[in-house]
This record gives sequence, C-alpha cells and structure tokens, in this order.
Amino acid sequence: MSFSAKGIWREFSHNKIGMTGIVILVVLFSMSVIAFVTIPVDNFKTWNDPASWLLYPKSAQPAWVNYFQSEKIPEHLILSPQSMSQQLGSVYVMTDSFVVNYQYDGFPSDFIYQYDIKYSGSPLLQLSVTRPDGIELSLLSTSLPYANDTATYSSMIFSTQNVISKNIANVKSKYSFSFDDLTSEKIVFSKLDENKILKGSYVFRVHVYDVSGKPVLSKSHLILGGKVYGMMGTDELRRDLSVGLLWGTPLALFIGITVSIGSVILGLLYGVFAGYKGKATDEVLMRFNDIIYAMPALPLLIILAVTIGNSIFLMVGFLVIFGWVGIAKVSRSMALQIKTLQYVEASKLMGQKDYKIIFKHILPQLLPYAFASIAISVPAAITTEAGLSFLGLGDPTFPTWGQILHDASSYSAAARGMWWWILPPGIMIAITGLAFVFIGQAMDIIVNPRLRR
Amino acid sequence: MGFKKFLAKRAITMFGVLMATLLVTIALVGANMDSISKQSVSLEVRQQVTNNKSLLASFKTTDQLNSYIDNQIKQKITSLGLDRPWYSPQRIGLSMYKILTLDFGHAKYLTSDSGSSDVKDIILEKLPKTILLFTTATAIVSVLGIFLGAIAASKINSKIDKITSGFAIVSSSFPVWWIGVLMIFVFAFLYPIFPARATPEVPASDPGYLGSLLYHMALPLITLVLIGFGSWAYLVRNFLVGVLQEDFIMAKRAAGIDEKRILYSHALKNAAPPIVTVLALSLSGSLGGAIITEAVFDWPGMGRLYYEAISVLDLPVIIGATYVLTAFFLASVFVADVLYGYFDPRVRRE
Repeated sequence: MSFSAKGIWREFSHNKIGMTGIVILVVLFSMSVIAFVTIPVDNFKTWNDPASWLLYPKSAQPAWVNYFQSEKIPEHLILSPQSMSQQLGSVYVMTDSFVVNYQYDGFPSDFIYQYDIKYSGSPLLQLSVTRPDGIELSLLSTSLPYANDTATYSSMIFSTQNVISKNIANVKSKYSFSFDDLTSEKIVFSKLDENKILKGSYVFRVHVYDVSGKPVLSKSHLILGGKVYGMMGTDELRRDLSVGLLWGTPLALFIGITVSIGSVILGLLYGVFAGYKGKATDEVLMRFNDIIYAMPALPLLIILAVTIGNSIFLMVGFLVIFGWVGIAKVSRSMALQIKTLQYVEASKLMGQKDYKIIFKHILPQLLPYAFASIAISVPAAITTEAGLSFLGLGDPTFPTWGQILHDASSYSAAARGMWWWILPPGIMIAITGLAFVFIGQAMDIIVNPRLRR
Repeated sequence: MGFKKFLAKRAITMFGVLMATLLVTIALVGANMDSISKQSVSLEVRQQVTNNKSLLASFKTTDQLNSYIDNQIKQKITSLGLDRPWYSPQRIGLSMYKILTLDFGHAKYLTSDSGSSDVKDIILEKLPKTILLFTTATAIVSVLGIFLGAIAASKINSKIDKITSGFAIVSSSFPVWWIGVLMIFVFAFLYPIFPARATPEVPASDPGYLGSLLYHMALPLITLVLIGFGSWAYLVRNFLVGVLQEDFIMAKRAAGIDEKRILYSHALKNAAPPIVTVLALSLSGSLGGAIITEAVFDWPGMGRLYYEAISVLDLPVIIGATYVLTAFFLASVFVADVLYGYFDPRVRRE
C-alpha cells in the first residue's frame, strides 16, 4: 500500500481511458478560461436581463444548419459600421456605412438601426441603402431633438415605421409589382421584376449632419433580422445560448470539484478519526454515519433549497452534507487496517500525539484513494445540481446548464422542436461527467490492483 | 452475533433514521408551518364572527369587536398548542406522534383527484402509480441486465462485453430527466407515437382508464429501462467475473460440466446475494429520483406530488410525502441489509 506520485503518473499515462478523460478535462478548463477572458464577470448579471438581449433574434437555430440545407435560411446579422467624418464648409458630416453581402434564400424578417449619439444643436439623420443593382433608396431622414448643450441621445429606427414605407413608395415606378401589403424589408431586398430576394452586396448608410459641432455616434448597429444565429442559436428570451453554455462550464466544474473535494476531505477525516479512535467513539460516529447514509438525499435537498436558500454556495454546502458518508465508511475500514501496521504502533509507543499519527502516518496512505474518489464523485455532484436547477430550485442568477434546461422546459422547447435548446446543455453535462468517470476509473485500477485483469 | 440480534440492530437503526429524517424535515419547515397555521386560525375566527349576525350586532364599537376577535384567536391558538414555538418538546412530540400514526392533517392547496384534501387520501391515490412505474421498470431492467451481464461475463473482452461496459458508463453519465426530455422531443414531437404528458386524460372511473394509463406509462418506462439496464448489466458482469475466477468453477469446468450450466446455475447462484441487495437498493434509489423523472413526464405519482407541493409550499403534503418516501426507502434498505446478512454470514459477524 505505498504509492509514489511518479509511479502513479507512469501507470496513469499508459491508461487510454484515463488519458481521454484528461484531454476532455483540459478542453473544459480551456473553455472556462475562454469564458473568463472573453466575457467579463459583470456580464453574468445581464443573463437574466431581457434588455441586454434586445438585438438578438427570438428562438433562432444555430447558423451552421445552413450547411445542411439547399435553401439558405436568412441569418440574423448584427453589423458594425465603418465610420467616416468630414467637414463641408460649416457642416459636419458623420457617415456610418454597413456593408453586407446578402446570399440567403429569404427576406430578412426586419431591419433595425440602433444608435447612441452625442451632439449639440439639432442634427439631421439620414438612413439610405444602395442595392446590388446600384439603385439607392432613401429610407428615412429625421431631425434629432434640439439640445442647447452637448446631449446624448439613443434611439432605434425600425423597418416597420410608416415613414420608411412612405419613402420607399416614391420609387414604386421602378418595380413591376404592386407594394400593397408588403413590408419594407420585402421591397428593399427584392428584385425589380418579381417579389423575390435579390442577392448581392447591400450598403446601408447613415449620415448625420450638424452645424453647431461635430456629432459622435458612440454606438451604432444595424440589425438584419433572421431565423438562424451564431454557433448555438438563441432561446425564447433572445439569449445567445453559446454564451450560456460557455459560462456553464466553469460553473459546473466549480460545483463538481468543490463538492467532491469538500466531501472527500470531510469523509476522510471523519472516517479516519472514527477508525483510529475505535471503541465507543467509532460506534457513535458510525451510527451517525448510518443515519445520514440512509436519508433520502433528493427530497431533503429540495426541502433545504426551498427553506434555507438556493444560492450556488449554499447548494455546494448541501451537496457536501450528503456526499461525505460513503467515503467516511471506506476510509474508516482502511484506517482500521493501517492502524495495526507496525510503524503506526511504534510511533504510538514512542508517545506521538494522536493527530500527528493521523496526519503523518495514516492520511498520506489514503491519498491515492482520496484522489480516485474525488474524480468519481464529481459527476454525481454535477448531475444533482443540474437536476435541482432543472426543477427550478437552482440559483437563478447563474446560467448553469441545468438552469438553461429548466428554461427550455418551462417554454416547452421539447414539444416545439427546439432541439438546439435541449441537446447541447445535456451533452455538456454528460461529457463533463464522462471526463471524471474516465479519470476515476483509471485511478481506481491503480489504487485497487485487484481490479486489474 | 446471531441473525436475530443483527436484525434487531438494523431495525433500530432504521427507525432512528426515520425519526431523524422526520425531525430534520420538521425543523426545516417548522417556522413556516407555524406562521401559516396561525394565519389560518385568525382567518377562521374572523369568518366565524362576521358570519354570526347576532353576535356582530351586540358590539357597539369596532374596538370592542377587535378586542373580542383577538381574544378568541388567542384562546384558539392556546387550545391548539400554537402558543408554544414549534421546537418545544410537546409540539415536536405531538407532531411526530401524529405523523407516525399516519395522521398528516389536511393539505393547504392540493387535493386528490376525487377532491379530498386529506393528505393521507392524496398520498394513497398517488403512491400506487409510482410503485407501478418504478417496480415495472426495475423488473425489466434487472431481467435485461442479468441476462446481458451474464453474456458479457462469459465472453470477457469480447465485442459484446466492451459494448456493454461502454454503454453502461456512457448511459449513466446522462441525467435520466434529460433523456426524458429528449424522448419527449423524439417520440412525442418528431414522431408523435406517444403522448408528451403522461397523465391520462380520461377520469379514473372510466373503464378505459387502465389502458390509457399503461399507454401513457410507455414513454417514461422506456426511458427508465434505457438508462438503467446498461449499468445493471455492467454490475452483474463484474460480480460474475469475480465468481467465475473461483476455484470451484474451475473444478466444475474440469469435471466437464457444460459452460452454459456453469454460468447460469452455479456462478449466477453464487453472485446472487450482492445482486439481490443492489436490486433492493436501486429500487429505493429510483424512488428518490422519481421526483425529477415524474416532473418531466408529468406522471401522476408521488414524485410529481412532491414537486407540486414544494412549488406551492404545501407543508402538510411535503411532510407526509417525505415520511412515506423515507419509509419506503428505508424499508428497501432494510430488506437489502437483511438479504445480505442472510446470504452472507460474514456481515453479521463484523
């Protein structure tokens, strides 16, 4: 029963399954790092804030479904501008142009221009579009509210606004079909001879004219509405699922690893102490252990979450309460064996203190077993937390995978065929669990040589 | 230690666990329960007074009326023992005694299908459905698992062995309820073969109720079996592999006994104790997991009742359901213990 870290690693690195687990784990950890680097922690709070997802489409499929389709579904595009400013005499002109090569087989569902502008006086804002066939349509021109001092103004222009359809009606003569009942985007993006999509490069231009100072467009986005978006699509609340799935990775790893380390440490100390002390202490401690062991965990976890609270840290604590018992049982029986070994008896005779014997002579022997149990108990912690979140008892402020699935089921995503909302979170849970199961199995074989066949 | 003493010791521990679980549950919900029952008492008294016209007329000012009502409420609270906090020994003793005698009181919001709000009625109505679903699933899973496990164990490292082990590991890392959601997606939405909600539409008095119930049970049953049999087969295989390496099997082989007979009648018989024990334990474990599974499929059993009770915080139902779930859980743990002690005398001697 003696192991060296090097020896364990040598054996471990020859185990294909264990190494697969390590590789998956490394990928998951790098996803967490990416999540932390690309998405600031402050953004956590915006997950449940509908206002921060306004630009995104509702229930859009992932963009890559277009690769498997002959008819390309219009993608939801959030375009950023190329800015230019010039001065003509006393007039300052700001121009933001949005270039898009539109190659989809359907009209966009709408277009929205969202902007924040800093100005003084009363500037004029014009929105126009140049089509692939060179026709330029003037969509809208409006003057912004007068401001004495520098003021910031934010607003949106929607394709559904009446002004736009009136302005487009001026070029009715160029089209060979009637505009009745057609919405603006179906005219702007249409061929001239029939009402079908005209593919090609469109340029949307926004001009801002001001005489009293140079206006600054601090935020400027053109959104072309579509049915597919991004890597993972969006949910009913317009949230980008790739963001939620990415954030879920560090959360799941945190929950799984903290719970398992906590339970293993607690169980190890408890079991070793009971086994080492023996007699009445052992009996009392083990009876208590039996009681916790036989309690139905899930009902009690639910009651705890409902009555005490459901913050993510409390959840970790609750899971530890039910996680340590099995480990305590095993480590007690291992401690019983080790304590009869001669070197332990010798140090006892030399008058070594109890806690020193436990920490110096018994616990180090149990370390390999401890690592194996940490790996093995991670998946259960992750799935239990996901299950609680799925029931709506999780911490709603964090987008865990279980939370995403809870939202999916409360908007009955399964019955509406929104596979991109259901599949990825579950697969992520399973992959994370599998990584730890693989590592645990490989560790187990090393720790329990009897399993080797 | 004799077998009887072993049994007695286990039974006492189990009873202790039952009491401890109840105590924890009461401790967790006690404060809420107190304020809810006090509110309902004051509401009841106010209604009684306002309904009694002659009594109402005898008061001259509203102050008099209010002080009368307050007095009545105080009297009622004292008579019900609510003036003591929930953690006073009398209160806890009384509630434990009531629960032990299956007197769970009346539900606050939930009712049974027949309209009764007695918690006992509600639980008696839901319990058979949970038992039906999970016992059927466990039976199918264990038969499939034992059969597949035996085949895998007889051909170690063959293709079928590797597939079984792989399937076991992969299937056990998916949460059951997620597979449930997927099954609903595939078999109720993509190919509408089964209903998405597992609650039968016809009332319980209808002659076609049983058929409808079984039809609605199909999807949750398939899910439970699909998720369960892999890890079962893997478990049975591991037990059997251990037994097949024992000397007495070698002796049988040397004696020329048919390999199939060795596997099914000799090896399986020796691997039976742990298998039976784990079977009893897994049945109890699945009862706990029933909460999420039943919530996903909307199966009208104990698990969904529990989930509903928690979402509206119907405390008498929560306590009653916890008690019944715990009792069932402990009963199967006890049966498992006894079986193990019976089959394997070493356990008793510890």
